Amino acid sequence: MATISREEVAHLARLARLAVTDDELDMFAGQLDVILQSVAKIGEVSAADVPPTSHSVPLTNVFRDDVVVPGLTRDEALAMAPDEAEDRFRVPRILDEEA
Amino acid sequence: MSDLTKLTAAEVAKAIASGEVSAEETARAHLARIDAVESKIHAFLHVDTDGAIEAARAVDAARAAGEELGPLAGVPIAVKDVIATRNVPTTAGSKILEGWTPPYDATIMTRLRRAGLVMLGKTNMDEFAMGSSTEYSAYGPTFNPWDTTRIPGGSGGGSAAAVGAFEAPLAIGTDTGGSIRQPAAVTGTVGAKPTYGGTSRYGLIAFSSSLDTPGPCARTVEDAALLHAVIAGHDKRDSTSIPAPVPDVVGAARLGASGDLSGVRLGMVREFAGEGAEPGVVAAYRESVEALVKLGATVVEVSCPSFAYALPAYYLIAPSECSSNLARFDGVRYGLRTGDDGKHSLEEVMSLTRDAGFGPEVKRRIILGTYALSAGYYDAYYGQAQKVRTLISRDFAAAFEQADVLVAPTTPFVAFPLGSRTSDPYQMYLADLYTIPSNLYGGPAISVPCGLSEGLPVGLQIMAPTMADDRMYRVAAALETAVPPLTPPAL
Repeated sequence: MATISREEVAHLARLARLAVTDDELDMFAGQLDVILQSVAKIGEVSAADVPPTSHSVPLTNVFRDDVVVPGLTRDEALAMAPDEAEDRFRVPRILDEEA
Repeated sequence: MSDLTKLTAAEVAKAIASGEVSAEETARAHLARIDAVESKIHAFLHVDTDGAIEAARAVDAARAAGEELGPLAGVPIAVKDVIATRNVPTTAGSKILEGWTPPYDATIMTRLRRAGLVMLGKTNMDEFAMGSSTEYSAYGPTFNPWDTTRIPGGSGGGSAAAVGAFEAPLAIGTDTGGSIRQPAAVTGTVGAKPTYGGTSRYGLIAFSSSLDTPGPCARTVEDAALLHAVIAGHDKRDSTSIPAPVPDVVGAARLGASGDLSGVRLGMVREFAGEGAEPGVVAAYRESVEALVKLGATVVEVSCPSFAYALPAYYLIAPSECSSNLARFDGVRYGLRTGDDGKHSLEEVMSLTRDAGFGPEVKRRIILGTYALSAGYYDAYYGQAQKVRTLISRDFAAAFEQADVLVAPTTPFVAFPLGSRTSDPYQMYLADLYTIPSNLYGGPAISVPCGLSEGLPVGLQIMAPTMADDRMYRVAAALETAVPPLTPPAL
């Protein structure tokens, strides 16, 4: 039985903001099924009492000195923007002005 | 081929320091080599001729002014395109960053520049460092200098091929699951993954933040150690950077070059003794361990049963982290923007941009990570993978009670033909079977050439405990004294 359906892949792609095509959905659903069936092997490990490791370096609360250092200038920050207006990043309208 | 391109980095630096050659001549010789072979290798995505000449002249001027030069001053270097380089195009092998020039340098770049290294250009890679063959680059594959019908490994195939094809004596790679070591193994070069946190990630375009580790690529162990020493050390801009002194990797490499390994205990990982590996790889591996024993090392077999689950754990943890990290590519502040025609909403523009800008492997991993992190699956997948990560670290700790370093083949198979593993993504993932455990544990590991199988290079992997990077350099340098250097056929 497939571990993941085409519909699930479509839903995940929407969550991940990927406007995948129908062809991509067909391809990914099959491939992800193979990958998931392989990685599902991890369920065999009995690890109920094992603490998780999120990170191999045991550092916590890393702070730097609270000193002001130069950052990017506005022009530098905007230099690679796909679009800008009035010294800001321009994006398509988010709120409907008619509403 | 100019003789200058055949020299090691240590030899080049010495020749420049003594005034035998100038840094500019050295840079020009390597740029000429790049010109001559790039049509066959395609190691570079961008060659920065002007920047290289300018940097080389600065080294020559410093020498003329009597300034003291660093140990690698004037040595040309290639840098993986996932490292941010100020005003030099940086794409991470992706269309979504085509034409992007970073407004800042990664810490590693800052250190290279300060040390007087001369950056020749940016090397090809699997998109966002996801892959084991460089075939997932959006700009076409790199070709293995040993056989241009075969892959150079990945994700850092460009860096390994540049070094292997004598286009540069040194290169920077990044290793998340084997992306420095596996390309080194299949191109007959040396590649080291330092201890996680030993080299700064500031300015490294993030794939899997708890695993990503920049490190050196070279043709000799000493060269790799010299480069390691330049780039390693605490960086306050990376909160996961280890605030401790860098192990003396150069001293260790020179000690190993004496060819004496008396008192060194090697642990052969039982689980990696051949299952799934090509017979020629296993044979070269066993012969190299015998060679190390002749140099005075002793051998014990160690068992690391959790390593069997390293690959599944990695392919849950890394995609999960990547699905979060790559959310920043949304077409707002930099990079590609698609569909902004006044008819699409912001969310639609983001989705269209990401679909147009990312290649198939990146999309697969984003979707896989989104799945592993989603409600209902989190405990069974991501949570379980993090527990397995603990078990793998415990296996390493137990093994290092019996052995100073662990040894295994770097990768189960020699360079495979282009196109032979792209249709089945999981077959590609198997290339990282032996390299992944060190990433999950965080300890350092190096791949060093150990022989040929069917005329193609095989790498021995030497794994060491966290912050004991020096140990692997000593053993690797000793092996170099026993295994003749591997030089690819003329291109």
